[in-house]
Amino acid sequence: MSPAHVSGTPEAPEERLHRLFVAGLDGDATAYRSFLDELGRHLRAFLRRRLAHARDDIEDILQETLLAVHNGRHTYRADQPLTAWVHAIARYKLMDFFRSHARREAWNTPLDEDSEVFAGSDAEPAQARRDIGVLLEQLPDRHRLPILHVKLQGLSVAETAKLTGLSESAVKIGVHRGLKTLALRIRGTA
Amino acid sequence: MKTEDLVSMLAADVAPVDRHAPGKRFAWALLFGIVGAVVLMAVLFGVRRDIGEAILMPMFWVRLGFAVVMAAASLVVTARLSRPGVRPGKAWLGVAAPVLAAWIAAAVVLALAAPDARLDLILGHTWRVCPLCIAILSTPAFVTIFWAIRGLAPTLLRLAGAAGGLLAGATGTMAYCLHCPELAAPFWSLWYLLGMAVPTVVGALLGPRLLRW
Repeated sequence: MSPAHVSGTPEAPEERLHRLFVAGLDGDATAYRSFLDELGRHLRAFLRRRLAHARDDIEDILQETLLAVHNGRHTYRADQPLTAWVHAIARYKLMDFFRSHARREAWNTPLDEDSEVFAGSDAEPAQARRDIGVLLEQLPDRHRLPILHVKLQGLSVAETAKLTGLSESAVKIGVHRGLKTLALRIRGTA
Repeated sequence: MKTEDLVSMLAADVAPVDRHAPGKRFAWALLFGIVGAVVLMAVLFGVRRDIGEAILMPMFWVRLGFAVVMAAASLVVTARLSRPGVRPGKAWLGVAAPVLAAWIAAAVVLALAAPDARLDLILGHTWRVCPLCIAILSTPAFVTIFWAIRGLAPTLLRLAGAAGGLLAGATGTMAYCLHCPELAAPFWSLWYLLGMAVPTVVGALLGPRLLRW
Protein backbone atom coordinates (compact mmCIF):
# COMPACT_ATOMS: atom_id res chain seq x y z
CA MET A 1 0.00 0.00 0.00
CA SER A 2 1.51 3.31 -1.00
CA PRO A 3 1.61 6.29 1.43
CA ALA A 4 -0.49 8.25 -1.04
CA HIS A 5 -3.25 5.78 -0.40
CA VAL A 6 -3.36 6.71 3.25
CA SER A 7 -3.22 10.49 2.84
CA GLY A 8 -5.80 10.88 0.11
CA THR A 9 -6.89 9.74 -3.31
CA PRO A 10 -4.12 7.73 -4.88
CA GLU A 11 -2.97 8.67 -8.31
CA ALA A 12 -2.24 5.64 -10.46
CA PRO A 13 1.27 5.59 -11.99
CA GLU A 14 -0.21 5.83 -15.48
CA GLU A 15 -2.15 9.03 -14.65
CA ARG A 16 0.73 10.60 -12.77
CA LEU A 17 3.31 9.83 -15.43
CA HIS A 18 0.95 10.98 -18.17
CA ARG A 19 0.38 14.32 -16.43
CA LEU A 20 4.10 14.88 -15.86
CA PHE A 21 5.06 13.80 -19.37
CA VAL A 22 2.49 16.01 -21.11
CA ALA A 23 3.62 18.98 -18.99
CA GLY A 24 7.18 18.11 -20.01
CA LEU A 25 6.20 18.10 -23.67
CA ASP A 26 4.92 21.64 -23.19
CA GLY A 27 8.34 22.67 -21.90
CA ASP A 28 7.99 22.19 -18.12
CA ALA A 29 11.50 20.96 -17.22
CA THR A 30 10.68 20.21 -13.57
CA ALA A 31 7.71 18.00 -14.50
CA TYR A 32 9.77 16.35 -17.21
CA ARG A 33 12.55 15.59 -14.76
CA SER A 34 10.10 13.99 -12.34
CA PHE A 35 8.66 12.01 -15.21
CA LEU A 36 12.05 10.65 -16.29
CA ASP A 37 13.02 9.91 -12.68
CA GLU A 38 9.88 7.96 -11.97
CA LEU A 39 9.85 6.28 -15.36
CA GLY A 40 13.44 5.21 -14.76
CA ARG A 41 12.48 3.50 -11.52
CA HIS A 42 9.59 1.67 -13.18
CA LEU A 43 11.74 0.62 -16.10
CA ARG A 44 14.50 -0.59 -13.79
CA ALA A 45 12.03 -2.87 -12.00
CA PHE A 46 10.58 -3.96 -15.34
CA LEU A 47 14.04 -4.80 -16.73
CA ARG A 48 15.11 -6.59 -13.53
CA ARG A 49 12.14 -8.90 -13.92
CA ARG A 50 12.98 -9.53 -17.57
CA LEU A 51 16.72 -9.87 -17.31
CA ALA A 52 17.34 -12.17 -14.40
CA HIS A 53 20.39 -13.57 -16.20
CA ALA A 54 21.88 -10.32 -17.41
CA ARG A 55 21.77 -8.12 -14.31
CA ASP A 56 24.96 -6.30 -15.28
CA ASP A 57 23.33 -4.98 -18.43
CA ILE A 58 20.20 -3.57 -16.84
CA GLU A 59 21.46 -0.08 -16.10
CA ASP A 60 22.85 0.22 -19.64
CA ILE A 61 19.56 -0.79 -21.25
CA LEU A 62 17.69 1.49 -18.88
CA GLN A 63 19.83 4.47 -19.91
CA GLU A 64 19.44 3.60 -23.56
CA THR A 65 15.66 3.36 -23.16
CA LEU A 66 15.43 6.70 -21.34
CA LEU A 67 17.41 8.32 -24.13
CA ALA A 68 15.10 6.66 -26.68
CA VAL A 69 12.03 7.94 -24.81
CA HIS A 70 13.52 11.43 -24.88
CA ASN A 71 14.51 11.31 -28.54
CA GLY A 72 11.13 9.90 -29.55
CA ARG A 73 8.95 12.06 -27.34
CA HIS A 74 7.51 13.96 -30.32
CA THR A 75 5.84 10.73 -31.48
CA TYR A 76 3.58 10.55 -28.41
CA ARG A 77 0.00 11.66 -28.77
CA ALA A 78 -1.76 12.77 -25.61
CA ASP A 79 -4.82 10.60 -26.36
CA GLN A 80 -2.72 7.43 -26.51
CA PRO A 81 -2.17 5.20 -23.43
CA LEU A 82 1.27 6.11 -22.10
CA THR A 83 1.82 2.51 -20.97
CA ALA A 84 1.55 1.21 -24.53
CA TRP A 85 3.89 3.89 -25.86
CA VAL A 86 6.54 3.35 -23.18
CA HIS A 87 6.25 -0.41 -23.35
CA ALA A 88 6.73 -0.43 -27.13
CA ILE A 89 9.96 1.57 -26.77
CA ALA A 90 11.25 -0.51 -23.84
CA ARG A 91 10.41 -3.70 -25.69
CA TYR A 92 12.12 -2.44 -28.83
CA LYS A 93 15.32 -1.62 -26.95
CA LEU A 94 15.19 -4.91 -25.09
CA MET A 95 14.75 -6.89 -28.31
CA ASP A 96 17.64 -4.94 -29.79
CA PHE A 97 19.75 -6.00 -26.83
CA PHE A 98 18.70 -9.64 -27.19
CA ARG A 99 19.49 -9.58 -30.89
CA SER A 100 22.93 -8.09 -30.46
CA HIS A 101 23.72 -10.54 -27.69
CA ALA A 102 22.06 -13.48 -29.43
CA ARG A 103 20.38 -14.43 -26.22
CA ARG A 104 17.98 -17.29 -25.97
CA GLU A 105 15.74 -15.30 -23.63
CA ALA A 106 14.63 -13.35 -26.66
CA TRP A 107 12.44 -16.29 -27.52
CA ASN A 108 11.58 -17.38 -24.04
CA THR A 109 10.63 -14.12 -22.41
CA PRO A 110 7.04 -13.11 -22.90
CA LEU A 111 7.10 -9.37 -23.60
CA ASP A 112 3.55 -8.79 -24.58
CA GLU A 113 1.92 -7.52 -21.43
CA ASP A 114 2.29 -3.79 -21.74
CA SER A 115 0.25 -3.21 -18.60
CA GLU A 116 3.21 -4.52 -16.59
CA VAL A 117 5.61 -1.79 -17.48
CA PHE A 118 4.60 0.47 -14.57
CA ALA A 119 3.89 -2.44 -12.21
CA GLY A 120 7.05 -2.17 -10.13
CA SER A 121 9.44 0.52 -9.03
CA ASP A 122 13.12 0.24 -8.23
CA ALA A 123 15.11 3.23 -7.00
CA GLU A 124 18.43 1.45 -6.54
CA PRO A 125 20.61 1.98 -9.57
CA ALA A 126 23.26 -0.51 -10.46
CA GLN A 127 26.57 0.48 -11.97
CA ALA A 128 26.28 1.20 -15.68
CA ARG A 129 28.87 -0.72 -17.68
CA ARG A 130 28.99 1.70 -20.54
CA ASP A 131 29.74 5.34 -19.76
CA ILE A 132 27.53 7.65 -21.75
CA GLY A 133 29.73 10.53 -20.58
CA VAL A 134 32.68 9.05 -22.47
CA LEU A 135 30.59 8.62 -25.62
CA LEU A 136 29.46 12.22 -25.25
CA GLU A 137 33.09 13.35 -25.22
CA GLN A 138 33.61 11.65 -28.57
CA LEU A 139 30.85 13.50 -30.40
CA PRO A 140 31.89 16.16 -32.91
CA ASP A 141 32.10 19.71 -31.47
CA ARG A 142 28.91 20.91 -33.16
CA HIS A 143 27.03 18.30 -31.13
CA ARG A 144 29.24 18.04 -28.07
CA LEU A 145 29.52 21.73 -27.17
CA PRO A 146 25.78 22.52 -27.27
CA ILE A 147 25.01 19.46 -25.11
CA LEU A 148 27.85 20.26 -22.73
CA HIS A 149 26.86 23.88 -22.18
CA VAL A 150 23.07 23.74 -22.42
CA LYS A 151 22.34 20.31 -21.00
CA LEU A 152 25.16 19.75 -18.53
CA GLN A 153 26.30 23.21 -17.44
CA GLY A 154 22.85 24.77 -17.58
CA LEU A 155 23.75 27.74 -19.78
CA SER A 156 21.06 29.28 -21.95
CA VAL A 157 20.99 28.82 -25.70
CA ALA A 158 22.00 32.47 -26.17
CA GLU A 159 24.96 32.16 -23.79
CA THR A 160 26.08 28.97 -25.49
CA ALA A 161 25.84 30.61 -28.89
CA LYS A 162 28.05 33.47 -27.69
CA LEU A 163 30.55 31.13 -26.09
CA THR A 164 30.91 28.74 -29.00
CA GLY A 165 30.45 31.13 -31.91
CA LEU A 166 27.58 28.98 -33.21
CA SER A 167 24.24 30.54 -34.12
CA GLU A 168 21.36 30.02 -31.70
CA SER A 169 19.56 27.70 -34.10
CA ALA A 170 22.79 25.72 -34.59
CA VAL A 171 22.95 25.29 -30.80
CA LYS A 172 19.37 23.99 -30.65
CA ILE A 173 19.91 21.69 -33.60
CA GLY A 174 23.22 20.59 -32.09
CA VAL A 175 21.51 19.46 -28.88
CA HIS A 176 18.74 17.69 -30.78
CA ARG A 177 20.93 15.93 -33.35
CA GLY A 178 23.63 15.30 -30.77
CA LEU A 179 21.32 13.27 -28.56
CA LYS A 180 20.17 11.27 -31.58
CA THR A 181 23.77 10.65 -32.60
CA LEU A 182 24.53 9.67 -29.02
CA ALA A 183 21.78 7.03 -29.20
CA LEU A 184 23.27 5.66 -32.42
CA ARG A 185 26.75 5.54 -30.87
CA ILE A 186 25.41 3.67 -27.86
CA ARG A 187 23.91 1.07 -30.16
CA GLY A 188 27.22 0.78 -31.96
CA THR A 189 28.98 -0.17 -28.73
CA ALA A 190 26.28 -2.54 -27.51
CA MET B 1 27.48 8.64 -16.40
CA LYS B 2 24.96 7.66 -13.74
CA THR B 3 21.32 7.26 -14.67
CA GLU B 4 20.47 10.15 -12.37
CA ASP B 5 22.88 12.41 -14.23
CA LEU B 6 21.52 11.27 -17.58
CA VAL B 7 18.01 12.19 -16.43
CA SER B 8 19.24 15.64 -15.31
CA MET B 9 20.91 16.12 -18.64
CA LEU B 10 17.86 15.10 -20.67
CA ALA B 11 15.51 17.25 -18.59
CA ALA B 12 17.71 20.36 -18.62
CA ASP B 13 16.34 23.23 -20.66
CA VAL B 14 13.75 21.17 -22.57
CA ALA B 15 12.03 23.08 -25.33
CA PRO B 16 8.30 22.58 -25.91
CA VAL B 17 7.70 19.80 -28.43
CA ASP B 18 5.92 20.52 -31.69
CA ARG B 19 2.95 18.12 -31.60
CA HIS B 20 2.53 18.38 -35.36
CA ALA B 21 6.11 17.38 -36.12
CA PRO B 22 5.23 13.88 -37.39
CA GLY B 23 2.54 15.22 -39.73
CA LYS B 24 4.88 17.88 -41.08
CA ARG B 25 7.59 15.31 -41.74
CA PHE B 26 5.23 13.21 -43.83
CA ALA B 27 3.91 16.28 -45.64
CA TRP B 28 7.44 17.28 -46.71
CA ALA B 29 8.34 13.72 -47.60
CA LEU B 30 5.27 13.32 -49.80
CA LEU B 31 5.73 16.72 -51.45
CA PHE B 32 9.32 15.95 -52.44
CA GLY B 33 8.46 12.36 -53.29
CA ILE B 34 5.66 13.37 -55.65
CA VAL B 35 7.60 16.18 -57.30
CA GLY B 36 10.59 13.86 -57.68
CA ALA B 37 8.44 11.14 -59.25
CA VAL B 38 6.75 13.53 -61.70
CA VAL B 39 10.08 15.05 -62.78
CA LEU B 40 11.60 11.59 -63.17
CA MET B 41 8.57 10.46 -65.19
CA ALA B 42 8.78 13.53 -67.46
CA VAL B 43 12.52 13.04 -68.03
CA LEU B 44 12.59 9.24 -68.45
CA PHE B 45 9.26 8.46 -70.11
CA GLY B 46 7.53 11.75 -70.96
CA VAL B 47 3.95 12.80 -70.30
CA ARG B 48 1.63 11.00 -72.72
CA ARG B 49 1.10 13.13 -75.82
CA ASP B 50 -2.66 12.88 -75.78
CA ILE B 51 -2.87 13.98 -72.14
CA GLY B 52 -5.31 16.72 -73.17
CA GLU B 53 -7.78 14.12 -74.40
CA ALA B 54 -6.97 11.55 -71.76
CA ILE B 55 -8.04 13.83 -68.92
CA LEU B 56 -11.52 13.97 -70.47
CA MET B 57 -11.92 10.23 -70.03
CA PRO B 58 -13.49 9.07 -66.75
CA MET B 59 -11.23 5.99 -66.68
CA PHE B 60 -8.17 8.25 -66.51
CA TRP B 61 -9.47 9.65 -63.23
CA VAL B 62 -10.62 6.30 -61.89
CA ARG B 63 -7.12 4.94 -62.43
CA LEU B 64 -5.45 8.00 -60.89
CA GLY B 65 -7.96 7.82 -58.06
CA PHE B 66 -6.91 4.24 -57.41
CA ALA B 67 -3.28 5.34 -57.00
CA VAL B 68 -4.26 8.29 -54.78
CA VAL B 69 -6.46 6.13 -52.53
CA MET B 70 -3.67 3.53 -52.26
CA ALA B 71 -1.27 6.31 -51.27
CA ALA B 72 -3.68 7.74 -48.69
CA ALA B 73 -4.39 4.33 -47.16
CA SER B 74 -0.72 3.36 -46.96
CA LEU B 75 0.10 6.79 -45.50
CA VAL B 76 -2.29 6.08 -42.63
CA VAL B 77 -0.67 2.68 -42.02
CA THR B 78 2.85 4.10 -42.30
CA ALA B 79 2.11 6.97 -39.93
CA ARG B 80 0.68 4.59 -37.35
CA LEU B 81 3.67 2.25 -37.63
CA SER B 82 6.01 5.22 -37.11
CA ARG B 83 4.75 5.70 -33.56
CA PRO B 84 5.52 3.30 -30.71
CA GLY B 85 2.65 1.28 -29.34
CA VAL B 86 0.23 2.01 -32.19
CA ARG B 87 -0.80 -0.96 -34.29
CA PRO B 88 -2.21 -0.36 -37.77
CA GLY B 89 -5.24 -2.51 -36.92
CA LYS B 90 -8.14 -1.67 -39.17
CA ALA B 91 -6.01 0.74 -41.18
CA TRP B 92 -4.95 -2.31 -43.23
CA LEU B 93 -8.54 -2.55 -44.48
CA GLY B 94 -8.04 0.86 -46.06
CA VAL B 95 -5.30 -0.68 -48.19
CA ALA B 96 -7.33 -3.78 -49.01
CA ALA B 97 -10.46 -1.85 -50.03
CA PRO B 98 -9.14 -0.10 -53.16
CA VAL B 99 -7.41 -3.32 -54.26
CA LEU B 100 -10.64 -5.23 -53.91
CA ALA B 101 -12.60 -2.51 -55.72
CA ALA B 102 -10.10 -2.51 -58.61
CA TRP B 103 -10.28 -6.30 -58.89
CA ILE B 104 -14.07 -6.23 -58.95
CA ALA B 105 -13.95 -3.59 -61.69
CA ALA B 106 -11.44 -5.70 -63.63
CA ALA B 107 -13.62 -8.81 -63.24
CA VAL B 108 -16.67 -6.94 -64.53
CA VAL B 109 -14.77 -5.58 -67.55
CA LEU B 110 -13.42 -9.06 -68.35
CA ALA B 111 -16.82 -10.69 -67.93
CA LEU B 112 -18.42 -8.24 -70.34
CA ALA B 113 -15.65 -8.52 -72.93
CA ALA B 114 -15.54 -11.00 -75.79
CA PRO B 115 -13.52 -14.10 -74.76
CA ASP B 116 -10.72 -13.56 -77.27
CA ALA B 117 -10.31 -9.90 -76.26
CA ARG B 118 -9.69 -10.71 -72.59
CA LEU B 119 -5.98 -11.46 -72.76
CA ASP B 120 -5.34 -8.18 -74.56
CA LEU B 121 -7.25 -6.32 -71.86
CA ILE B 122 -4.97 -7.83 -69.24
CA LEU B 123 -1.66 -7.53 -71.05
CA GLY B 124 -2.23 -4.28 -72.95
CA HIS B 125 0.83 -3.15 -74.88
CA THR B 126 3.16 -2.35 -72.00
CA TRP B 127 2.84 -5.09 -69.39
CA ARG B 128 6.49 -6.02 -69.71
CA VAL B 129 7.78 -2.62 -68.60
CA CYS B 130 4.94 -1.28 -66.46
CA PRO B 131 5.91 -2.68 -63.03
CA LEU B 132 9.56 -1.78 -63.58
CA CYS B 133 8.65 1.80 -64.56
CA ILE B 134 6.54 2.20 -61.43
CA ALA B 135 9.33 0.79 -59.28
CA ILE B 136 11.76 3.32 -60.81
CA LEU B 137 9.37 6.22 -60.25
CA SER B 138 8.87 5.23 -56.63
CA THR B 139 12.54 5.75 -55.73
CA PRO B 140 12.33 9.50 -54.86
CA ALA B 141 9.40 8.89 -52.49
CA PHE B 142 11.12 5.79 -51.11
CA VAL B 143 14.05 7.95 -50.00
CA THR B 144 11.97 10.80 -48.59
CA ILE B 145 9.45 8.55 -46.83
CA PHE B 146 12.15 6.46 -45.20
CA TRP B 147 13.71 9.73 -44.05
CA ALA B 148 10.36 10.67 -42.50
CA ILE B 149 9.91 7.31 -40.73
CA ARG B 150 13.48 7.36 -39.45
CA GLY B 151 12.88 10.69 -37.77
CA LEU B 152 10.00 9.17 -35.81
CA ALA B 153 10.16 6.05 -33.69
CA PRO B 154 9.08 2.89 -35.51
CA THR B 155 9.31 -0.26 -33.41
CA LEU B 156 8.06 -2.86 -35.92
CA LEU B 157 10.72 -2.19 -38.49
CA ARG B 158 9.85 -4.77 -41.13
CA LEU B 159 6.20 -3.78 -41.21
CA ALA B 160 7.03 -0.08 -41.16
CA GLY B 161 9.44 -0.65 -44.05
CA ALA B 162 6.80 -2.51 -46.06
CA ALA B 163 4.16 0.18 -45.43
CA GLY B 164 6.61 2.94 -46.34
CA GLY B 165 7.57 1.03 -49.50
CA LEU B 166 3.92 0.66 -50.49
CA LEU B 167 3.40 4.38 -49.95
CA ALA B 168 6.40 5.10 -52.18
CA GLY B 169 5.02 2.66 -54.78
CA ALA B 170 1.61 4.38 -54.78
CA THR B 171 3.35 7.75 -55.17
CA GLY B 172 5.33 6.46 -58.14
CA THR B 173 2.10 5.07 -59.61
CA MET B 174 0.42 8.48 -59.38
CA ALA B 175 3.20 9.95 -61.50
CA TYR B 176 3.16 7.01 -63.90
CA CYS B 177 -0.55 7.57 -64.57
CA LEU B 178 0.46 10.74 -66.46
CA HIS B 179 2.54 8.67 -68.88
CA CYS B 180 0.84 5.29 -69.13
CA PRO B 181 -1.47 4.79 -72.11
CA GLU B 182 -3.30 1.79 -70.61
CA LEU B 183 -6.74 2.61 -69.23
CA ALA B 184 -8.31 -0.86 -68.99
CA ALA B 185 -9.00 -1.87 -65.38
CA PRO B 186 -7.80 -5.49 -65.93
CA PHE B 187 -4.42 -4.05 -66.93
CA TRP B 188 -3.74 -1.60 -64.12
CA SER B 189 -5.42 -3.60 -61.37
CA LEU B 190 -2.72 -6.20 -61.99
CA TRP B 191 0.45 -4.53 -63.26
CA TYR B 192 0.22 -1.34 -61.19
CA LEU B 193 -0.13 -3.45 -58.09
CA LEU B 194 2.89 -5.51 -59.08
CA GLY B 195 4.79 -2.25 -59.58
CA MET B 196 3.82 -1.13 -56.08
CA ALA B 197 4.76 -4.54 -54.70
CA VAL B 198 8.41 -4.03 -55.73
CA PRO B 199 9.15 -1.12 -53.33
CA THR B 200 6.94 -2.82 -50.73
CA VAL B 201 9.13 -5.93 -50.74
CA VAL B 202 12.31 -3.85 -50.85
CA GLY B 203 10.99 -1.83 -47.90
CA ALA B 204 10.24 -4.97 -45.90
CA LEU B 205 13.71 -6.33 -46.62
CA LEU B 206 15.59 -3.11 -45.86
CA GLY B 207 13.34 -1.83 -43.06
CA PRO B 208 15.15 -3.53 -40.18
CA ARG B 209 18.46 -2.13 -41.40
CA LEU B 210 17.43 1.35 -42.57
CA LEU B 211 14.99 2.22 -39.82
CA ARG B 212 16.90 1.15 -36.70
CA TRP B 213 17.32 3.81 -34.06
